[in-house]
Formats: sequence, structure tokens, C-alpha cells
Amino acid sequence: MEDLFNLFHGFAVIFSWYNLWMMAVGLFLGVVVGVLPGLGGPNGVAILLPLTFTMQPTSAIVMLSCIYWGSLFAGAITSVLFNIPGESHSVATTFDGYPLAQQGRAGEALTACFTGSFVGALFSVLLITFLAPLVAKFALKFGPPEFFAVYLLTFCSFIGTGKDTWKTIIALMLGFGLAAIGMDTISGQLRLTFGFTQMLRGVDFLIVVIGLFGVGEILVSMEEGLKFEGKSAKINAKVVWETWKKLPRYWATLLRSCLIGSWMGITPGGATSASFMGYGIAKRFSKNGDKFGTGELEGVLAPETAAHGSGCAALLPMMALGIPGSATAAVLLGGLMIWGLQPGPLLFIEQKEFVWGLIASMYLSNVVGLIMVLSTVPLFAAILRIPFSIIAPVIIVVCAIGAFSVNMAMFNIWVMLVFGVLGYVLKKLDYPLAPMVLAVVLGDRAEIAFRQAMMGSQGSMGVFFSNWLVGPIISLALLMLFWPAISTAWDKLRQTLAR
Amino acid sequence: MKRQIRKLGYGVLLLVVAALSSVATATPAAAWEPTRPVEVIVPAGAGGASDQMARTIQGIVMKYKLMKTPMMILNMGGANGAEGIIDTKESKGNPHKLMVAFSAIYTIPISTNLPFNWRDLNPVAMIAMDEFILWVNAETKYKTPKEYLAAVKAAPGTFKMGGTGSKREDQIITVAVDKIAGTKFTYIPYKSGGEASVQLVGKHIDSNVNNPSESIAQWRADQVRALCVFSDKRMGFDKKVTKDQSWADIPTCKEDGIDVQYHMLRAFFLPPGTSADHVAFYNDMLKKVVATQEWKDYLEKNALKDNYVTGAEFVKFLEKDEAFHKKLMQEAGFAEKK
Repeated sequence: MEDLFNLFHGFAVIFSWYNLWMMAVGLFLGVVVGVLPGLGGPNGVAILLPLTFTMQPTSAIVMLSCIYWGSLFAGAITSVLFNIPGESHSVATTFDGYPLAQQGRAGEALTACFTGSFVGALFSVLLITFLAPLVAKFALKFGPPEFFAVYLLTFCSFIGTGKDTWKTIIALMLGFGLAAIGMDTISGQLRLTFGFTQMLRGVDFLIVVIGLFGVGEILVSMEEGLKFEGKSAKINAKVVWETWKKLPRYWATLLRSCLIGSWMGITPGGATSASFMGYGIAKRFSKNGDKFGTGELEGVLAPETAAHGSGCAALLPMMALGIPGSATAAVLLGGLMIWGLQPGPLLFIEQKEFVWGLIASMYLSNVVGLIMVLSTVPLFAAILRIPFSIIAPVIIVVCAIGAFSVNMAMFNIWVMLVFGVLGYVLKKLDYPLAPMVLAVVLGDRAEIAFRQAMMGSQGSMGVFFSNWLVGPIISLALLMLFWPAISTAWDKLRQTLAR
Repeated sequence: MKRQIRKLGYGVLLLVVAALSSVATATPAAAWEPTRPVEVIVPAGAGGASDQMARTIQGIVMKYKLMKTPMMILNMGGANGAEGIIDTKESKGNPHKLMVAFSAIYTIPISTNLPFNWRDLNPVAMIAMDEFILWVNAETKYKTPKEYLAAVKAAPGTFKMGGTGSKREDQIITVAVDKIAGTKFTYIPYKSGGEASVQLVGKHIDSNVNNPSESIAQWRADQVRALCVFSDKRMGFDKKVTKDQSWADIPTCKEDGIDVQYHMLRAFFLPPGTSADHVAFYNDMLKKVVATQEWKDYLEKNALKDNYVTGAEFVKFLEKDEAFHKKLMQEAGFAEKK
């Protein structure tokens, strides 16, 4: 009951014209940075952070967190329309979102994305409101072995989702190789940089994605004679309502993605791994799983719900433990300290007004954000009516700007083009790109977690089965890893028995 | 195109600043002043200690209008900060780029063989020094460093010390403690001090040697215990931070017979090929920054040692500090063979 009282108090704090105005400004800016590939939530928040130094902490966090929500919503837009993820967590949205757009169903796909995002966010905020202390304690249980187990589960949920399991594994391995470039945290040594100083920071995930998906896609379309099947996109506000009518039947996928999202946000796995895991798990367990990748609404809902859910949940460990659950949360954490607030276990006790103001704003801003982005659906769907020969050069330029702005270096554009060609070749050879991207994002972190666990256990693998948390996750991961083999063996056995 | 995009970014920032500063106040005439926005290179990730310091200074500079052009922060934390350091080195003669420095300027060249030396850059000033504290989980029975290290000594290799990165300040301190106290820690590198702090609360490691700012939240919540500070004298801040302790209440490790001392510089550098006039401007600006109440509050909150050093004295300090790191790292076997 006390939580509810606090929440209402939070709403009272938020309901001022000034705060509502800040919320709208933040959401609008967030949508803008979310749409542009390369810019993204963390950069958007970091650039605007100095603006907030003179503001009240509560108004400041409302505005900055709204940038975050806006970018979480809008990251899906370019994924669906052009196969270019605006944000790293919307990579998985391209898998089904882009085929939908090609079939002229971009409006449906975008509506599903935004609604899924909203459901994920709502679930996480409810969790934060009522279970914050419990959830914070759960996050503390995660040490190196547990983190490795989660990453392993994410990788394994992708094995067997492609047509060819071996090609999936090869794509994963290629990604691991790319992830190893740069400085190794454990030994402090440089790896695979070949003496180039530009390679020090490693291969930036965003550049890989922009190249593989954006440029690669354009190359494929060009070969197919500049055809782009988006022209029949409906520009009709009714599409929102019609899509909503279809959504309740996917309740199981939504629930799974909500759970995955809030879990990955609380134990810092981040929105990106949440979206991949959401997609992988939905594909595994859904009845339409085999149709994923050809334009299933469910395949858009699953990653977006998980990504936005984890984005919201990531604020909880930031406030309660002082560890950011995502890159944007890390920047917000810095902001908190500059405003004179000390994140950590005492924040909930000492700064009630701030904490509950923020939580109340999360409810409100996600509703406002949903309305805002839904109203843009017809507008964005209409972009697809522009002929491809005009839109393609624009996409290439936007891609190049995105890659450049990652760290203001021309070198990035060359890297992007190399990955564009690689993406084209892999697509032609029918290798799945998703596992490779996944390995580039998480390979490094999985390796670090594994080696930390090994150092701590003096090299004993027993550490991965040492408690009730890590053991089951590892077992589940291994089960998924060998599932293709197990299911084939099971089918054979059944056939022999039937005979 | 490169220029246009930069201009676009600056344009946005200029707008931001124009919106904030209604009246431009005159700054005292100096020989040189920035004519373009100044980029502050932070060779560390967003949200970390260096980043917070840079953003605090940015806030102070903006509030008191200590500079006519805007100041923007760029995080270049790749490769333990080598990315930002190399970028500054390669921006020869650019006075609109200021780098935040910490001990990575010595440790990276020693441990990786990267073509870099702090002498390549133009030193401006050191503005503070960071302390290091030995922390354990508050639920353990160890109240003094002696008790704790005796337990570590009795079970070599089983106690886990967490810290930021590898072959850097945290591991250097761990090896120094091992040597003096005869202990054998298993050192586990994490990506940041914040991570090491939370891992200590979750009991995934037994201790860490975090900076005050990295562990203050957990200390105040009574989740971690401060055993001793790696310094020759206690910290100067005697305002209560937890229910019954202030920073000054933490004994030095030396008091308990473990004579390990380590401080980390927080300083600013300009790229190579910049002139004395450029240094003079930033020095003047930083002097005004450290005189503000906001900066004093920041120092107190993060228990930083106030230490403003510039000019020849700063260079002398850098030489001494580098030799100190070299010695420690060679003894620990962290130095890459040339």
C-alpha cells in the first residue's frame, strides 16, 4: 500500500506544466535520435546532459529518460522501413519487420512494434513499482558464472533457428572473431589490431550492423533491378486499430518477451541481448516459429517488447545499486551524480520525491510516447512510396553519417563499406546475419564473464553448476544447443517405433 | 563532409548554449582564447569517475561563463583509454582539444608497447588526486586490514580481489599488497569500479581497492566496510558520510603496518604542438574552476585530494610518478618487453 501512496505522490510531483513540457520535448528529441542510425539514445542523452545542470533533478531526469523512451520506440522505424536498425536493439526487429514492409504491411509492422514496446515498458514499470527491493536483491546474485550462463543461453537460443544449423554456427564463430579485436580486458593486451591504431577500440557493433544490413540490403536490391515492393503501403489511420485487434492472440509471446526484457534489464544484459533472446525464444516456442523471417507480426512484437522492457527495467539497478543496466542508463547515472544525487541503496529512502517522480513519469511518458509514435505511422509508411532510385542514395548517405558519428572518424565509413560487401556475399550464400551480429555484440562480454569465472574457481568448470541460479540456466542453454540433434533423434525413434 | 557534420553538431550545441546564456559576460582579456567549441576528450566510458569530473567541470564552466565558446565532452574509452590518448596525440597543434588524464598515461605504454608517451602531449595542470581504499563486504568479520590480510595469507589463492581492468592501478596495488603482506590474492578484472563494487556486495569477490567515489553508495548503505586507505596520511574530510564514520575516520594502511601508498592523478593535457599561450588560457580557466564552491563540494563528495599543480612542477611530478609506476609494474611483471 505504501508503494501506491508513494506512486500517487510521484504523479503529484510530475503533474506540472513545466514537467509535462519537458516530457514532450524529451520524447520528440528521443524519436529524432532513435530514427537516425548511429546517433542513438546514449549519445542523445549525453549531448543534452549539460542542458539539465541548472534544472531541478526531477525535471531533468524526466526529460532525459523521455529521450531514452523516445529512442527505444523509434529505433524500430528504420528497421522496418529500410532494414537499417536505428538502434542496436532493433536489429532483431528487421528480421520480420522488413519483409512485412516489402509486402506493403509497414503500417501493421510499425503499429505492432510500438504497441509491443509499450506493453514491455508497462510490465517493467509495474515490476519496479511493486517489487523494487526484491528485484534489486536478485540482481546482486549475478556474478561472472551467472552472466556467462545468460550469454550462453542467448547464443544457444539461436542455434537451430536457421535453415542450416552449421551455417548458423559458422556465422556465430565469425562474429566471435570480430568481437575479439581490440584490447582484452582480462590480460590488458591488444589483440588482432595488426598495428593499426584505428583498430584499438575494436569493431564497433553499430558500424557492423549499418554495413551488413543497410548497405548490404541496398546492394541486394540493386542487383534485383532496383525493385522495392513497398509501394502498396496503406496510408490509413485505421491500420492501427486493425493491428490492435490481431494482437491479443499473441499474448504468450508478449508475456515471454516481457519476462525476458525485465530480466535482462535488471541483470545488466542490455536491451540488445534482450531483443535477440526475445526473438530467438519466440521463434522456438511459437506455433508459427517456422514462418519467422518471412514477415510474421509475432516476430516483430517479440524483440520490441523485450527491448523496451529491458530499457525501462535497466533504470532500477541504476537507481538501487548504482550499476547501469544499459549504455543510456550509464549516462543517466553520471547525470544523477552531477545533480547531486547519490544512486545506490539509500536513494529510495533519501530521495523519495525524485525516485517516485521518475517512476510516475515512466507510466505517463510511455503512454504519451505511444500516442506520439502511433500518429507518425501513416507518415513513415508513406516514405515507402518514394521510388527506390531516389531513396537508395539517401539511405546510403544516412548510413555513412551514422557510421561516421559513432566516433567521428572517416575510417568508420570504410569499415561500413567492407561490411556492406560482406553482408551482400553472406546473403547470397544464404548465411544468417543475425547470429553473427549477436556474437559481435555479446561475444566480448561472454568471453570476459567466462574467464572471470574460471579465474575465480581456479579453473574448475564445476562453478557453472554451483548454485540454483547458474545450474538451471546452463542446463537450459545446453538443451537448446543440442535441441536440433535431440529432436531429429526423437523423430527417428518415433518413426521406427511406429513401424 | 566531415566538416559539415561537425559543424552540424556544433550548431546544435551553440544553440543550446545560446538558449542558456541570456547575457554574455566579458571574460578578462587573455593572449589567446578559443575561437571554436572545445572538445574535452575523456579516455574512459560515460558515467565513470573521469567522465563525471569532466562533466562537472563542463557544468561549472557553463554556469560561470568561463569560456566564450561551448565545451563538449567526447568519450573515447576504447582499449582502456588508449583510444582517447592516441586521438589527442594525433591532433597535433589543435588548441581546441583538451584531454582528461589519469594513470593510464603511464600504464598503457608500459603494458602494451603502444607508440605513446605523455611527453608527446602538452601538460596543462593536475587538479586533484584520487585515493584508494581497501574494501570488504560489511557482513564479513574483518574489522582491520591486519585481520583480513592474515586470513588471506592463511589461504593463498582462494581470496578474490576485484578491480578495474588488467595491469592497471587496481592490480598494481594488489600486487604491492601481496608483496608487503606476504599474501596471494586471485585478481579478477572487471570493466569498471562500479561493477567491482556491486560484485563485492553480491559476495562474488572478497575485496576490492576502489576509489572513494566508486564505493560511497554501498558504504553509506552499510553494505561494504572500509578497512584502510593506501596513503601516508588520513583523508581530510571529517563530515560524517555514514551513520558513524567520516572519510577521516578510515585509518591508513600504513598505521597497520602495510606500507602501500598509491594516488592517482586527475590532470589535463593539450595535444602536441600547442603553444604556451594555449596552456596559459586553460590554466587560467581551470584555476577559476577549482576556486568555485561547486568544485569544493565535488572534491568533498568524492573524497578527492585537492592538489593543483602546474608548469615545471607538474612536469617534475609526472616524471617522478612515471618512474614510480614503471618500477611497480616491472616488479609485478606487467611490463611488456621492448
